[in-house]
Amino acid sequence: MKKSLPLGIVFFAGVVMFFQHFIPTDQSEFIYKYANDWLICIGVYAMLLGIWSLIRVTLHKARHDPNERFYAIVTLVSMGIMIVAGWDVDNLRAGSLFMNMFNYILIPVQATIFSLLAFYVASAAYRAFRARTVLATLLLFTAFVVMLRMIPLGYISELNQYLVAWILSVPNLAAKRAIIMGVGLGMMATSIKIILGIERQYLGGD
Amino acid sequence: MPLYEKLKNIDRRVIYIFIALSVIIPLVFKIAFTEQASPIVQNIFDKIESLPEGSRVILSYDYSPSTAPEIQPMADALTRHILEKDLRLYNMALWAPGHNIATETTDRIIIAEFPEKVYGEDYLNLGFKAGNEFLIAVILTDLKKMYTTDAKGTDIDSIPMMQGVKNLRNFDLILSLGGGKPGLKEWILFAGDPGHIPVAGGATAVSAPNLYPYYPEQMLGLMGGMKGGAEYESALMKIYPQYKNKSHPGIDLMGPQAIAHLVIMIFVIIGNITYFIARKRGEER
Repeated sequence: MKKSLPLGIVFFAGVVMFFQHFIPTDQSEFIYKYANDWLICIGVYAMLLGIWSLIRVTLHKARHDPNERFYAIVTLVSMGIMIVAGWDVDNLRAGSLFMNMFNYILIPVQATIFSLLAFYVASAAYRAFRARTVLATLLLFTAFVVMLRMIPLGYISELNQYLVAWILSVPNLAAKRAIIMGVGLGMMATSIKIILGIERQYLGGD
Repeated sequence: MPLYEKLKNIDRRVIYIFIALSVIIPLVFKIAFTEQASPIVQNIFDKIESLPEGSRVILSYDYSPSTAPEIQPMADALTRHILEKDLRLYNMALWAPGHNIATETTDRIIIAEFPEKVYGEDYLNLGFKAGNEFLIAVILTDLKKMYTTDAKGTDIDSIPMMQGVKNLRNFDLILSLGGGKPGLKEWILFAGDPGHIPVAGGATAVSAPNLYPYYPEQMLGLMGGMKGGAEYESALMKIYPQYKNKSHPGIDLMGPQAIAHLVIMIFVIIGNITYFIARKRGEER
């Protein structure tokens, strides 16, 4: 019962949602909308679960890990302040504590962390981007052409723009489409396995 | 030690310093270059230009502050263009921080530069709702099911701009800015395709190539990275010269970006020269 009931629910829901897609009636439209409402509700509860999980893990670190204690406390205090500051809709106006913290703490902090990537990319490119093989040389040349797009070089840039457009619209597009189709086929195969009960890892794995 | 060996074993901190200087110097001396809109960016501009007055446009802020420096120039330019054309602007967000970014953009661009525009009549902030792509799927058929109020808590039925709006099919254009999930791709798959609604937008430079398969049939245009934003700003300034005197962060920040790219390319060239010298000497295979 512990396994057969979830398997039965998954089979029923999977088959119903599969067929409703191909039957354009009011009833199937109702089922689709109803399922979407459920998914949004689950999403909202997943957010609450995420907050609970963050608090639990961070509290554990604060209690038991001296090296992480300071950061854990900062995380919890920051989260608490943002929740209190943003509780009321009126606090979302310009100049409020919530918006000031968002504009002058969160935006600079996140942007700084993200911009660090430039340093790592530069260092990694210097050490690893070598023309060792024909394929690596091809990749290197393509990267150069695409990067050159960022640098204004007058007439060369105008010519380069067409080359970049071709790279993005032809080889890149072909590769991306192949990946998308491959992923799509893989998702279909996995979905069929889940609906038929062949793939059961979501039950806890056995 | 020969020069090539010094270069081969260069300390990563030296590279970091060069990258930092390549960003700081153009910022300090305000080095900027001219930009020209590529067809994929120009298509978005032309679409907005072609919309009749009063058309409804959704601008979805599907990003967080981490990518804001790259995406925000697009949001500023699109907001200006939409309001300049007297279209009705509906801001919303599939990402929670997008709500705050939309609020900040409203304060900085709309209230400061378009004081004659009225909230609820010319522009509206619907705010953030959880649900990702499923939210899009729901509002494709019934918008008021998810949005009973706007971001300020005002009843949706009492807002003039919402009169006659039942679902996404009542909109003339959907613009999504972001690059992550949910984002432009989800708007194409769950709104643009099934609802036959024109969809366009902007994405971070690393995400942009992933969206090319949808262009031009399912996505009418795309701004890729800061360059995309700068190209849109240049297209805007070409037709509306008054914006030459306003802020244009995309064009301003393309200076540091161009120099930083140049520095990275020089380092890659140096790296390859040292590699070939070492290989010639039998030190590397």
